Amino acid sequence: MSLKIEARREIPRNLLYSTPLLAVALTVVAGFFIFLAMGYDPLRALYHFFISPLLSLYGWSELMVKAAPLIIIGVGLAVGFRANVWNIGAEGQLTVGAIAGGVVALAFWGEESAVTLPLMCLAGIAGGMAYAAVPAFLKTRFGVNEILTSLMLTYVATLFLSTLVYGPLKDPLGFNFPQSRMFGDAALLPLILEGTRMHLGTLIALAIAVAGWVMMTFTIIGFQVRVLGQAPAAARFAGFSASRIVWFCLLLSGGLAGLAGLFEVAGPIGQLIPAISPGYGFTAIIVAFLGRLHPLGIILSGLLMALSYIGGETAQVEVGLPQAVTGVFQGLLLFFLLASDFLVRYRLRWRAPAARPQAAEVGP
Amino acid sequence: MIAPRLEVPRLEVKGISKRFPGVLANDRVDFAVAPGEIHALLGENGAGKSTLVKIIYGILNPDEGTLSWDGAAVQVADPNAARALGIGMVFQHFSLFEAMTVLENVALGMDGAEDMDALARRVREVSQAYGLPLDPERDVYTLSVGERQRIEIVRCLLQNPKLLIMDEPTSVLTPQEVERLFETLRLLAGEGVSILYISHKLEEIKQLCDRATILRGGKVVATCDPKAETARSMAQLMIGAELKTVTRRSGGSAGAVRLEVEGLSLASEAVHGTDLKNISFAVRAGEVFGIAGVAGNGQNELLLALSGERLADHATALRLDGQGVGRRDAGQRRKLGLCSVPEERNGHGAVPGMSLAENAVLSAHHRLGLVSSLFIRAGAAARFAAAIVKNFDVRTPGTAASAGSLSGGNLQKFIVGREILQKPTVLVVSQPTWGVDAGAATTIHQALADLAAEGVAVVVVSQDLDELLAITDRLAVINVGVLSSAMVTREASVEEIGLLMGGVHGLAPEEVAAAAAAEAAKESAHVA
Repeated sequence: MSLKIEARREIPRNLLYSTPLLAVALTVVAGFFIFLAMGYDPLRALYHFFISPLLSLYGWSELMVKAAPLIIIGVGLAVGFRANVWNIGAEGQLTVGAIAGGVVALAFWGEESAVTLPLMCLAGIAGGMAYAAVPAFLKTRFGVNEILTSLMLTYVATLFLSTLVYGPLKDPLGFNFPQSRMFGDAALLPLILEGTRMHLGTLIALAIAVAGWVMMTFTIIGFQVRVLGQAPAAARFAGFSASRIVWFCLLLSGGLAGLAGLFEVAGPIGQLIPAISPGYGFTAIIVAFLGRLHPLGIILSGLLMALSYIGGETAQVEVGLPQAVTGVFQGLLLFFLLASDFLVRYRLRWRAPAARPQAAEVGP
Repeated sequence: MIAPRLEVPRLEVKGISKRFPGVLANDRVDFAVAPGEIHALLGENGAGKSTLVKIIYGILNPDEGTLSWDGAAVQVADPNAARALGIGMVFQHFSLFEAMTVLENVALGMDGAEDMDALARRVREVSQAYGLPLDPERDVYTLSVGERQRIEIVRCLLQNPKLLIMDEPTSVLTPQEVERLFETLRLLAGEGVSILYISHKLEEIKQLCDRATILRGGKVVATCDPKAETARSMAQLMIGAELKTVTRRSGGSAGAVRLEVEGLSLASEAVHGTDLKNISFAVRAGEVFGIAGVAGNGQNELLLALSGERLADHATALRLDGQGVGRRDAGQRRKLGLCSVPEERNGHGAVPGMSLAENAVLSAHHRLGLVSSLFIRAGAAARFAAAIVKNFDVRTPGTAASAGSLSGGNLQKFIVGREILQKPTVLVVSQPTWGVDAGAATTIHQALADLAAEGVAVVVVSQDLDELLAITDRLAVINVGVLSSAMVTREASVEEIGLLMGGVHGLAPEEVAAAAAAEAAKESAHVA
């Protein structure tokens, strides 16, 4: 007997949408045994990881604060992924967006006005777009794989941010700490819930998800993106320019990542510091796939992944789990999602071993 | 017909039939291959050659009929069983890992584990014995196509086959490589190995083969001695002389030139593709122009160049109503009135995972205004899709059904209908009736004729010569990327068309050699 992998002719839709739930369940089960093996009370650890953050209004507001960048970036990435454009460098685009928007805030420091914040948003978007334009140009002009270029540029961006906050943008009154001045009030996103950190960006994130859904479902641009992803030859047949779609996807995902970065520095952080994101740009890749590359699904998966950040912190405080547990959970989730997706597209069949190469003789 | 040989045939095929949905690919096929004989299997595309060899090699199982091996009836359940009998097959497209060495590739093809040093020795022995120079340590990606083919042949020979099946082996070779291959095959035949040689190239078969079995429409139409026949007479057998009696529509009155192609040359994107070489033709309003030829002779490349999916070097290589459109993409050409139907339905002419309504938007949004200020007019798209379904009798539960859920013939009707109902001024269509039943074929032919009558210039690329003879006013033949001069269909002789399709065209020999040398240069450039 041997195992044989067969492609399914028709992909069952209900299976496609139920695998994220299956993946979450498997992650919880795996987490249970990991905690057990580490010598923690698994039920208590899981409670603090998944349940206790949801028991207070503050917990929910923090969830929204963490989910906002994930949703904003995830929606942009999902559009690209639908067209087989693999922007893995959202973290870098987020960083450059934060730098661009932050520089605007610092330039207006002390004389902020009503236009400061909108200008910062535009600068953030433009920064992310410009940074994503590099892989777009290399891909469309020279056929360079955007996975490599976008990923590698991430590290450049992070180092560039460090250079700035250790150097020219360092707060002159900051006791030599590597951070910029605190942004002025008019350069900060307004809070929408008193006593929490929930800012205007969380609502904008939801609006972006809805807009992304409208674009992908009802417009010719979304149609072009979907056709290119599903059947590149058909896209060319229809006269859709593949390189224009690649440009569009990278600029869109880069611009949104830049906006998310700006929202971080103009929201919860309020200044430029060397580390502005706990890997939102990478986690958003998981968010996009977990949400089935569907903008509305991404709202749900963004909330779930935000929970993994907050749950990780809570479990750290309450149970004394190491910080790495957040990354472990995110990794497990992606692993189980990809594994169960494989089973959606293929099925395993036991097969009798191939008969010995021997032609059956029938007759004389 | 020549008298059957007295000895027991190595392989005898008796009454083999194989039916696929909508087509009888093999219809009670009988033939036999003697030991040491080089036997040609000759026929047009779709004549059933591939199906037949797949049955012999155990890839397909016949619906009816039997195979005998050295006089004993056998069932070949799968390729393993075929190899155990002593049947080896060299496929047209190779299955080699480019990043591995020759030896590693050979070892992967062996059924059992084997000592690598011993295997390397055997590879050297076999390659020397049969004039197939091959270094086992070379990486495959550094080898030319001819050298790669040698790996496949050596791989077969290591199993000491008694019957070697070669599927269109020369389609990728230079003339020099062909000559070398023939020497090897003659050597093998001299040792008693039977060779089943599949081809449509008449001159090659005359040069190499002892006997030829000619298939047409899944049936054996003749078995002959190619050396005693002329290329002309074999072409006639392959294509069928009864075609002359096909009734054609009355030629429309041709108007002004709508589509003009002049000196179009284009390198193929595909590894096994065919480059277009200096193609010129013109189609007038009201005319149906046919392009005949055996598959893989540049039809796909020509289709891409005409539709605008690939751009010509300069604008005037293609003129649409006098306007140079060589540098315009498919969408722009469609706006100007040039619509097209590609050969491949799924993934090219249609997106399988999308609904029929969305697939209507795919190519019709320009001409029918299915998009207003970025938004797709879903209602209008669904209405247009419904109109196609109704006019072309597409069997589907509705326009929300996915294109992939339709049968090949129904999807074909949908795609052809989608382009026709856009009211193009020039329509380029590949294999318009591929896979559809006779009734639907008539509908499509009628629609094409009606289009022409309305002043549309229609270009039909097809491997079905009957179809071209029935519906075109003029036609030309494409062979290795070169288009013959056009002839009036009514006056064309089937023999002439057959010769052109078989590669015996009006080119001077040195031109053929030059083209082949260019091919070889391109190949080595590709390898480098």
